Amino acid sequence: MKEKISMSRKVKCTLLNIIMLAACAVICVILLGIVGFVVYRGAGNITVDLITNKPSLLKGTIGILPNILNTLYIIVMTLVLVLPLGVGAAIYLNEYAKNKKIVKLIELATETLSGIPSIIYGLVGMLIFVQFINLDTSLIAGSLTLVIMTLPTIIRTTQESLKTVPNGYREGSLALGAGKWYMVRSVVLPSCIDGVVTGCILSIGRIVGESAALLFTAGMANEVLGIFEFFKPKMSGSSLTVALYMYAKERGEFEIAFAIAAILLVLTCAINFLSKAAAVLLKRKGSGK
Amino acid sequence: MKRVTGFIENTMGIIFTVCGFLAVGFVVLITGFLVVSGLPAIGEIGIIQFLFGRVWASTASHPSYGILPFILTSVYGTAGAIVIGVPLGLLCAIFIAKITPKHVGIAVRGAVDLLGGIPSVVYGLVGMIVIVPFVRKTFNLPDGANLFSAIIVLAVMILPSVVSVSETAIRAVPKEYEEASLALGATKTETVFKVIVPAAKSGILTSIALGIGRSIGEAMAVMMVSGNVANMPSLFKSVRFLTTAVASEMSYSSGLQRKALFSVALVLFVFILIINLILNLVVKKERE
Repeated sequence: MKEKISMSRKVKCTLLNIIMLAACAVICVILLGIVGFVVYRGAGNITVDLITNKPSLLKGTIGILPNILNTLYIIVMTLVLVLPLGVGAAIYLNEYAKNKKIVKLIELATETLSGIPSIIYGLVGMLIFVQFINLDTSLIAGSLTLVIMTLPTIIRTTQESLKTVPNGYREGSLALGAGKWYMVRSVVLPSCIDGVVTGCILSIGRIVGESAALLFTAGMANEVLGIFEFFKPKMSGSSLTVALYMYAKERGEFEIAFAIAAILLVLTCAINFLSKAAAVLLKRKGSGK
Repeated sequence: MKRVTGFIENTMGIIFTVCGFLAVGFVVLITGFLVVSGLPAIGEIGIIQFLFGRVWASTASHPSYGILPFILTSVYGTAGAIVIGVPLGLLCAIFIAKITPKHVGIAVRGAVDLLGGIPSVVYGLVGMIVIVPFVRKTFNLPDGANLFSAIIVLAVMILPSVVSVSETAIRAVPKEYEEASLALGATKTETVFKVIVPAAKSGILTSIALGIGRSIGEAMAVMMVSGNVANMPSLFKSVRFLTTAVASEMSYSSGLQRKALFSVALVLFVFILIINLILNLVVKKERE
């Protein structure tokens, strides 16, 4: 049987297989190389001092506590703002909208938003929130910029989850005399919670990794802000990514930069794992019913 | 009671409608702000001079605002990243979708997804410390921060989109195609390259368009490895992209220089819109 395949075909196939294997190996080596290198250079520099101090010339301390807190603030504030909007939009698209053309238009707009690069978001955020609304470079301006940026993610994941809610649920609820909003609140929303959670995780991933959109909107300050200060206008602060950029590019302090990079990698891994877990749950639900 | 419920129902309906149109509103807002702040400088400088001027010297005593170097750098950089990244990513996608055992595929896919989640500044940092000195030594240059380093970093950064979208497209090809080809006596590898990949063409094209979008829009990583001087692009010269032109001068710009930066952003935005348009057309064609 095997002899019927000519030698040249065999050689060609083997060669192609080897090339594909090589491509795959190169990609894995790149990943391992990046992760290994960052951990090797950065892990040793992560000390308790580093993550519990703020940088101060007077005291001679270095630290990234302000950047950690700023990142957290931005995540919380962005999610609080974007969740209702994104979930609301998904509900409109899936439950309320009747005109196909309108749905098409909105989906086109969402796709456009998700294709816009973050530097443009940064610039437009600066124009709108920093200058036009006059919030100054502040964490709130940064968060508002990220709200626009993460909106498509939340809409998409929620919508995907809404599509898995069986129509019988909706019909049953309506047949019992529930209004549309009552039906959405009591039947549809509870069943799409996993999509919302997935959207949150993906958004957090995007926010943690974001730098260009924050550079001109959230600013570069390294002060520790109190829990009630961060949503006030004019409170600027740099996130971990922006701090990494400043330490590496502007100041050449690579030890701190690599420590931040290692922390970011750990966060990336954690978010990746969580999103995979959420996707598995979503799939199970989708096939289970 | 009924009136109250009716009121709530209507209000919620309106609220959801508003949420729904928010995305449209944001697109209009972004476009509006970019056009309004980007057009004046183009008018002042002259569109031909602006788009095709070869010299950008925004802080000189006789400033010159030509962004051809940025446009060409962005185009060359993206093209280079595509030339390196797409074959690599596509071969890997085919391999993990069709050739390897399932668990190997899942492991590699996990690695690729992780690669996609790494923040761009981390790519920039690693590029700065590893690639830039490497390029300098290998090609014996005074400085390794140039277009070539940027292309390498961009090629790595587009890999995740290329691999994951292509892989999904390849997996979606109906199994009958494969079985028919195998039954006719083609080997597994021949089947993959001559039957499955052509059938998954539109998904693969989508992945390439996504890669183009990602690499043309990348700012921070590129800023850290490209040297950031407004030269006409050449492989081993320090260059500035459309994105990095905006990012690097924005913080200290003023007057016409600042307005010109908004115009650069407008040009970048138009590029992205064109890519999105092509992407949409490709997807639409596929559905038909």
